[in-house]
Amino acid sequence: MDLNYSADELAFQAEVRNWLSENLSPELSYKVKHGQRQTKEDTEGWHATLNSNGWLANHWPVEHGGPGWTAIQRHIFEEECCLAYAPRVVPFGVSMLAPVLIKYGNEAQKTHWLPRILDGSDWWCQGYSEPGAGSDLASLRCKAARDGDHYVVNGQKTWTTLGQYANMIFCLVRTSGEGKPQQGISFLLIDMNTPGIEVRPIHLLEGTHEVNEVFFTDVRVPVENLVGEENKGWTYAKYLLTYERTNIAGIGFSMAALGELKTIAKDQKRAGRSLADDPLFAARLARAEIELENARITNLRVVSAAAAGGAPGAESSMLKIKGTEIRQELDNLKRKAVGAYAAPFVPEAMDAGFNGPDIGPDYAAPIARQYFNNRKISIFGGSNEIQKNIISKMILGL
Amino acid sequence: MLADTLGRYILQDYPLDARLTAGASDIGYAPEKWIELAELGVIGALFSEDDGGFGGAGFDLAVVFEAIGRGLICEPFLESAVLAGGALAVAGSAAQKARLEDVISGQSVGALAHFEADDGCDVRFVSARAVAKGDGWVLSGLKAVVRHAGAADFLIVSSRTDGQAGDEDGISLFLVASDAAGLEIVDYQTIDGGRAAEVVLRDLTVGADALIGVAGQGAAVLQHVLGRGLLALSAEALGLMDVIKDMTIEFIQTRQQFGVPIGKFQALQHRMAEMLLEIEQARSAVINAAASVDMPGVARERALSAAKFTIGQIGTLVAEESIQLHGGIGMTWEHSLGHFAKRLVMIGHELGDEDYHLSRYIRLGQEAQNV
Repeated sequence: MDLNYSADELAFQAEVRNWLSENLSPELSYKVKHGQRQTKEDTEGWHATLNSNGWLANHWPVEHGGPGWTAIQRHIFEEECCLAYAPRVVPFGVSMLAPVLIKYGNEAQKTHWLPRILDGSDWWCQGYSEPGAGSDLASLRCKAARDGDHYVVNGQKTWTTLGQYANMIFCLVRTSGEGKPQQGISFLLIDMNTPGIEVRPIHLLEGTHEVNEVFFTDVRVPVENLVGEENKGWTYAKYLLTYERTNIAGIGFSMAALGELKTIAKDQKRAGRSLADDPLFAARLARAEIELENARITNLRVVSAAAAGGAPGAESSMLKIKGTEIRQELDNLKRKAVGAYAAPFVPEAMDAGFNGPDIGPDYAAPIARQYFNNRKISIFGGSNEIQKNIISKMILGL
Repeated sequence: MLADTLGRYILQDYPLDARLTAGASDIGYAPEKWIELAELGVIGALFSEDDGGFGGAGFDLAVVFEAIGRGLICEPFLESAVLAGGALAVAGSAAQKARLEDVISGQSVGALAHFEADDGCDVRFVSARAVAKGDGWVLSGLKAVVRHAGAADFLIVSSRTDGQAGDEDGISLFLVASDAAGLEIVDYQTIDGGRAAEVVLRDLTVGADALIGVAGQGAAVLQHVLGRGLLALSAEALGLMDVIKDMTIEFIQTRQQFGVPIGKFQALQHRMAEMLLEIEQARSAVINAAASVDMPGVARERALSAAKFTIGQIGTLVAEESIQLHGGIGMTWEHSLGHFAKRLVMIGHELGDEDYHLSRYIRLGQEAQNV
């Protein structure tokens, strides 16, 4: 296996880098780099910028508006975006729902929903988990009963990321209690403005509002919003999850974080020398770097093996576990690297244009918050324990 | 006995939401609770009879701070009693020690403004300067992340009267009123509930009577009180870990997935067992530190560094594992776990982290061999 990029790939990398330098505003990049709050408009603006160049839906087939990139090109693009501190593309529409629609949706659904994802008409959120159905997702109880040309939905979803911004939600709903729990699940597209939907915020332990609870009371959903066949939703749900997991691995995020960590370690002084010269810290940093390099290559191996546009299978579980462990270790090292300055907590400093007094080095402000917030990444998208179950079953055959 | 009283008080009179509100307030703790706790004798238990208290030994500290951890208490016991009060008790003049009565009753709150941004928590790396002027001194420098400085009535400030950063000799301690001219206190919230401040010394002029103990000999005083601080923090962490462990056991016994409580899964049972083993290791480290803190010499210092190292490493493990075992609910503000976990992780950042104390443990061992 040749790990070096080809001349074409290198040229592509240069093209991406150049485009990012011209199209990603320094203000937005600064926000991302410094962990400041991004507004809904920031995200929508960045999606539109990417879309104007045909790069938003870069893993979609060409006939639906994808750029026809190879898996390696997509990988290069992801990496460059992270290293340039581009905002994260919110994945729910473009990276999670769209592959499901492309593979399992009917023509009318593809024609209607896919362009709306590209042009930002719809902000999608994900209705999977419920209070009683987390790791055991198939036990979900949110019910959809057929009534003429509609389904009537009753129940609750939770951990709905950025649901406060969304106008659409894709939901796993129970349409049958017969057979195994997996057999009675359907995949429904629901307009968040339908009467009977209520969104309530959940505040995370570091104080941010990212996730929500969504309540459904007699919510009427037209039957044409059913994706695929009734009671076959579990198949589509699992297909979507492989995309979600690969996305969470975040090798590019880790590469950017490693770079920041090295800068911080050089800048931080500890009793007359730089933290980078502290043998204990240097060893921790080197271990993380080696792990990351190994995982980067594992990722490339998986990416190369997956057919263009196709989803990785159980390998996505490997990537999710290793990728999240490395991200969390880098968060952990950043936290350690700023010493006592991890403790100051100035919520206003998270907003762009903050003018208050500097407390310690400017890079310290978001670090503890990010560390605590990113405890979530080994929990969501299927906890790492669930990923190990999948590996045991699907790869090891146990 | 006191631990029981304190535990009961916290349970009945100081519920978690009140503590969270107090920690997030402009003061960073609840002054009326502080006084009530002082009346219960909690501060007095941290001082010897000679100093007006009724305890003050290693195991007194351990017992009180374990209860403080269990209750996620944000009042300035460490800052005012152990560190600032402790410095006055061990080295203060009779006039300076007169303050201890108010410290013990909770009427006067102190803080120790010693650590600086680049000192790596090494007690010898004081850069702030104190220059003799007339009978007194003029102080300049910057003290970093001084917990509870904003609400303090007085500060104990370390400054160099001689030598340079890294020298053990030449460090002096000064007693300064928090409203003194030339003292700027920029205070802010901390992520684990409570407040801290940047303390700026801008040609702060103090009289000869501000000096605590002998000029240039402050390092030994600092080492003494910071050692007691290490024990206090380690015991607090132990209390937090016990609560977190109990919470997590209860959760995995209750939370049903796949038709059974998740605690029935061996993969999770083993992780819970691992957590228990590690917490017992931490308990032993705290007991060892409590038994050593009143002894002189290198064995004391190594036991204290060993405890802080152990607590740092195990505390992070317990915080991270408990959140993971709770899943999403452990990530929420509404669930109390996250607040305990935040404090537990941030204890690692106070008075030197696990790497610092591991290095210090090695260095002290090597120095002892070379004598």
